[in-house]
Amino acid sequence: MKWFNRLKKGITTETKEKKEIKEGLWFKCPSCKKVIPINDHVKNLKVCDCGYHQKISSKEYFDIIFDGKYTELSPNLKSSDPLTFSDTKKYTDRLKTSQEKTKLNDAITVAHGKVNKQDLVIASMNFEFIGGSMGSVVGEKISRAIDYCLENNIPLMIISKSGGARMMEAAYSLMQMAKTSAKLTLLAEAKIPYISFLTDPTTGGVTASYAMLGDINIAEPGALIGFAGPRVVKETIGKDLPEGFQTSEFVLEHGFLDYIVERKNLKETIALQLKMFKN
Amino acid sequence: MILLDFEKPIEDLLKQLTKLEEVEKEGNIDVSSAKAELEKKINDKRKEITKNLTPWQRVQLSRHPERPYTLDYIKYITKGKFIELHGDRTVKDDKAMIGGFGDVDGKTVMFIGQQKGTNTKTRQYRNFGMANPEGYRKALRLMKLAEKFDKPIVTFIDTPGAYPGLEAEERGQGEAIARNLFEMSKLKVPVICIIIGEGASGGALGIGVGDVVIMLENTWYSVISPESCSSILWRSWDYKIDAANALKLTSADMKKNGLIDCVIKEPLGGAHVNPEKMFATVKTAIKKRIKELSELSKEELVKKRIEKFANMGEFIEE
Repeated sequence: MKWFNRLKKGITTETKEKKEIKEGLWFKCPSCKKVIPINDHVKNLKVCDCGYHQKISSKEYFDIIFDGKYTELSPNLKSSDPLTFSDTKKYTDRLKTSQEKTKLNDAITVAHGKVNKQDLVIASMNFEFIGGSMGSVVGEKISRAIDYCLENNIPLMIISKSGGARMMEAAYSLMQMAKTSAKLTLLAEAKIPYISFLTDPTTGGVTASYAMLGDINIAEPGALIGFAGPRVVKETIGKDLPEGFQTSEFVLEHGFLDYIVERKNLKETIALQLKMFKN
Repeated sequence: MILLDFEKPIEDLLKQLTKLEEVEKEGNIDVSSAKAELEKKINDKRKEITKNLTPWQRVQLSRHPERPYTLDYIKYITKGKFIELHGDRTVKDDKAMIGGFGDVDGKTVMFIGQQKGTNTKTRQYRNFGMANPEGYRKALRLMKLAEKFDKPIVTFIDTPGAYPGLEAEERGQGEAIARNLFEMSKLKVPVICIIIGEGASGGALGIGVGDVVIMLENTWYSVISPESCSSILWRSWDYKIDAANALKLTSADMKKNGLIDCVIKEPLGGAHVNPEKMFATVKTAIKKRIKELSELSKEELVKKRIEKFANMGEFIEE
């Protein structure tokens, strides 16, 4: 016999309420376990003293990189359900839940703004939307971003943050790898710079397409970057993985990144990089 | 012949046929009419079985241990006039990915494909058709070579996936596949890709960006294998049949969704039942496609290829 009965099930705090930062809230770093006031944490761009970079949203990246104002491009694209996919849950329901929870239309947001007065288009993936998975909408928005860059002669930056292709669109998702890579050849031909910025995590079909195709590939410190996920690799080799396997530092050491940039230096680095492409 | 679970109804008939053939060999009795009748029965039964194959049964057929593999196709199509080329010039020679120049009735074609083994030893040697980054880089080197000498490229796709090992990660499996997608998009020679068995995800697509992408009837092509899909979305290995249905991975579904260009019919019962017939059909298709594509200018070829892939995707715009 229970002593108490719960009247309402689950947690009833709404997402938008959660986002509001109130005095007296604390952030506990999952890396060094230090507890710091959330205001300080936000002031540090959500980077802990120990160097841990917490995942941040596209909007936060836009705020960090752009000089204030920016315009969102093709904001109204939404996933359809071309295969009427259903596993334990219907894909349409998953989409609806994600859209309500994140207030986003899909796993990528594209915007045009200025970085120290230089034009830049940023396509930034939203990990909070079904694991940042790449389906038709992600492919199409990148494709349109490339068209926009071609028309206006503006450099492109893609911020990857994704578990890979979206299973619920199966082969459609797979073909987005070919689609985005094929479109990037046009950008390359026009000699428009493409900066690929890999953040935690970048794996699967995203790594195996546009994320690795930058004129320069750069990453945030400590991000998980790989093709197969660490669990799969571990199962394949039947051994524990070496420390630091598939981190940004590991990928840099093996020659697949140009450099690692801390979040506090991100804007200045991008600005300088753009200038160097131009001058 | 190894029979799959759903092919059991023809097991007895095949046994009877073997017996009849033995009697025939002894040469004393004329069994031709009985044999013909039995063969017709087997055919009818096969037709009945193959008429309503489920997606999962086609996945099983695509992995049939007696199914012909890449080198079998190349050997038949080139009548043995094939020179295999090795190595990626950087790390090593990947045995899971093969390639080389072949002669197709007087015309040189670059053949590339994943290769599986036929017994325990060769399966290990071929790493079960799972290429490492050096395999994809070897494939790209050979494609560039073909482009330089203006030879068409044919790829045979048959892989359970790119190898997810520790060294594959160290040597940039993701980068190797990405580079191939990028470079294949702009090759200035005709590229024909044929899925002859399993088309698993990026590992398959890594040699799969072509002007014409063809699937044999009983193959599958998707973003993930039904088993792995089951394990991730259902959190159990037991839903592979449901996953195979949900993924719409059969040749018919892929054609319907406009994600491939063409389906080639297989001999009754599957490619392994009559490999020679299968090879001949594939050879005819390759020759026809090369002829068609050779009529396009290099610029048109590349433009059309990029446009084709750029148009893939379904979404709503509000």
